[in-house]
Amino acid sequence: MIRNRRTTWFDVINLVIITCCVLLCLAPFVHIVSVSFSSGSAITAGKVFLFPIQFTTEAYSSVFNDKSMLRALGFTILLTVGFTLLAMLMTTLAAFPLSNGKLKGRKAVMLFIVFTMFFSGGLIPEYLLIKSLGLLDKMSVLILPGLISPFSMIIMVTFLRTTIPETLHEAAEIDGCTHFGKLFRIVLPLSLPVIATLALFYAVGRWNGFRDALFYVHDQNLFPLQLKLYQMVVNNMISDITAIEGAEMKKTISESLKAASIMFATVPILIVYPWLQRYFVSGMTLGSVKE
Amino acid sequence: MRAIHYLQRYWQLYIMLLPVIAYFFVFKYMPLYGVTIAFKEYNPFKGVNASEWIGLDVFRNIFAMEDFYTALRNTFLLNGLDFVFGFPAPIFLAICLNELKFASFKRLSQTLLYLPHFISWVIIGGIMYQLFATNYGIINLLLAKIGIAKIPFLSDSSYWLVTYTSVGIWQSIGWGSIIYLAAMTGINKELYDAADVDGASRLRRIWHITIPGIRSTIIVLMILKIGDMVDIGFDRPYIIGNVMVRDVSDVLSTFIYRVGLQNSQYSTATAVGLFQAVVGLAFVLTANYVSKKTTDESII
Repeated sequence: MIRNRRTTWFDVINLVIITCCVLLCLAPFVHIVSVSFSSGSAITAGKVFLFPIQFTTEAYSSVFNDKSMLRALGFTILLTVGFTLLAMLMTTLAAFPLSNGKLKGRKAVMLFIVFTMFFSGGLIPEYLLIKSLGLLDKMSVLILPGLISPFSMIIMVTFLRTTIPETLHEAAEIDGCTHFGKLFRIVLPLSLPVIATLALFYAVGRWNGFRDALFYVHDQNLFPLQLKLYQMVVNNMISDITAIEGAEMKKTISESLKAASIMFATVPILIVYPWLQRYFVSGMTLGSVKE
Repeated sequence: MRAIHYLQRYWQLYIMLLPVIAYFFVFKYMPLYGVTIAFKEYNPFKGVNASEWIGLDVFRNIFAMEDFYTALRNTFLLNGLDFVFGFPAPIFLAICLNELKFASFKRLSQTLLYLPHFISWVIIGGIMYQLFATNYGIINLLLAKIGIAKIPFLSDSSYWLVTYTSVGIWQSIGWGSIIYLAAMTGINKELYDAADVDGASRLRRIWHITIPGIRSTIIVLMILKIGDMVDIGFDRPYIIGNVMVRDVSDVLSTFIYRVGLQNSQYSTATAVGLFQAVVGLAFVLTANYVSKKTTDESII
């Protein structure tokens, strides 16, 4: 938006501010990567800042040799894929009928759903329900309770209402297409952008989700990566901090191993980040279009 | 006759909605029934239904608990700090990004600045402990090198508040700027050209054109944020918090978890949850009303 202007002191300061922001944003990651590749003695001596010192991949080989870590990774991938597919199916089953203006009772169902965004029973009633359904310590407890996000559903309803022309619906009906046929043959192929966006919303949410596993899962075999990481890294660090200040604590896990485990859980997000970024930003603007 | 015709045409859509309604009924509405244990003496052997009614005793109990008031105060304290420092930060960043001359550098910076939004609080917590820990955290090690005494970022209550707030800004500043940048693209370019002709400086252009252009966005988001004051996520205070700073880090969500799931005082925790939900709803409705009155935009 700024055209044909000379570069002024303003631009220079602005450039410096943005550069500092970007560096501050990245520095913690760079530091963790460096720590994960450094030797223990260099780390405790405070030599490792933004570059690995005494390069070693030892920490990574112990992460990859840790069967429980690999199992948590495999389980989390399976969980994320399964959850995302089911969540998208359910969200579509909700959004498609609700985007049809002629459907009677549409408003009532919408209200029924939107109400849950503003008022919920809270942790304990949910816990007791899940317990009475026999879902504690089951993989399904990490899937079923979050299947439809009303927020995502509203985005999809808005998308379907605004981008798929009414005439297309009418043409399909004249050709004798059923609603199911319409959904699968016409609407879904035209909705790929919103499907990609929402699928990524769900997948990232599930990948990063930690709270439900903490509440409902106690079986180590069903620990998603985040909970595993929490137990291994964060908990361990908290006990270090709460140990008497200043006293030299005995470390159960080396710093580089913690850093390598953190990277182990971060890299999958980094791999899909280019797509995430693109679709999430477009999702943000989709969501801002009001019905 | 009309009804039959209508159903013939639309029954399939109702079939699609069946699993959806079943989902919301089971996972969102059934817990509402469980809320009744806030007014009961919950007995796990009898279950929700058969436990005895005790009226408002549970609420009398929690209103006499010091920890409850601490958690309530901390919820407002942490949300308040986020509001005072975390809310303006993305606006500032968006203005800077908007003024940036080099389009490709702008895109690159945005891409990098959004990254922390996608990282889980567990990972952020892990990274943060490595940075801020008193004995071996890199920041304290660097401070020690230049002769500054160690700073207990994570174990001293006042420093912890600073850490909590800064980490929050770090995580959300880039992502939060998107909505303002989007609002800025809606500003009429001719206004800037006119300002140029009048010889306005860059700061004056920001002050008189950019900020007024995003004012309604700012106000709506500000009202939303105030409406969410009682609501606080679980992950961030739980993961960043620790026993040493519980006097400031224990908030309603972590309090409910501790009392309810860890100590099995179901009725007490449910009552606190109900209190939070009701007060939260009142806040949201008020915020929505104010938003409607002032900006003609409503959230609900």
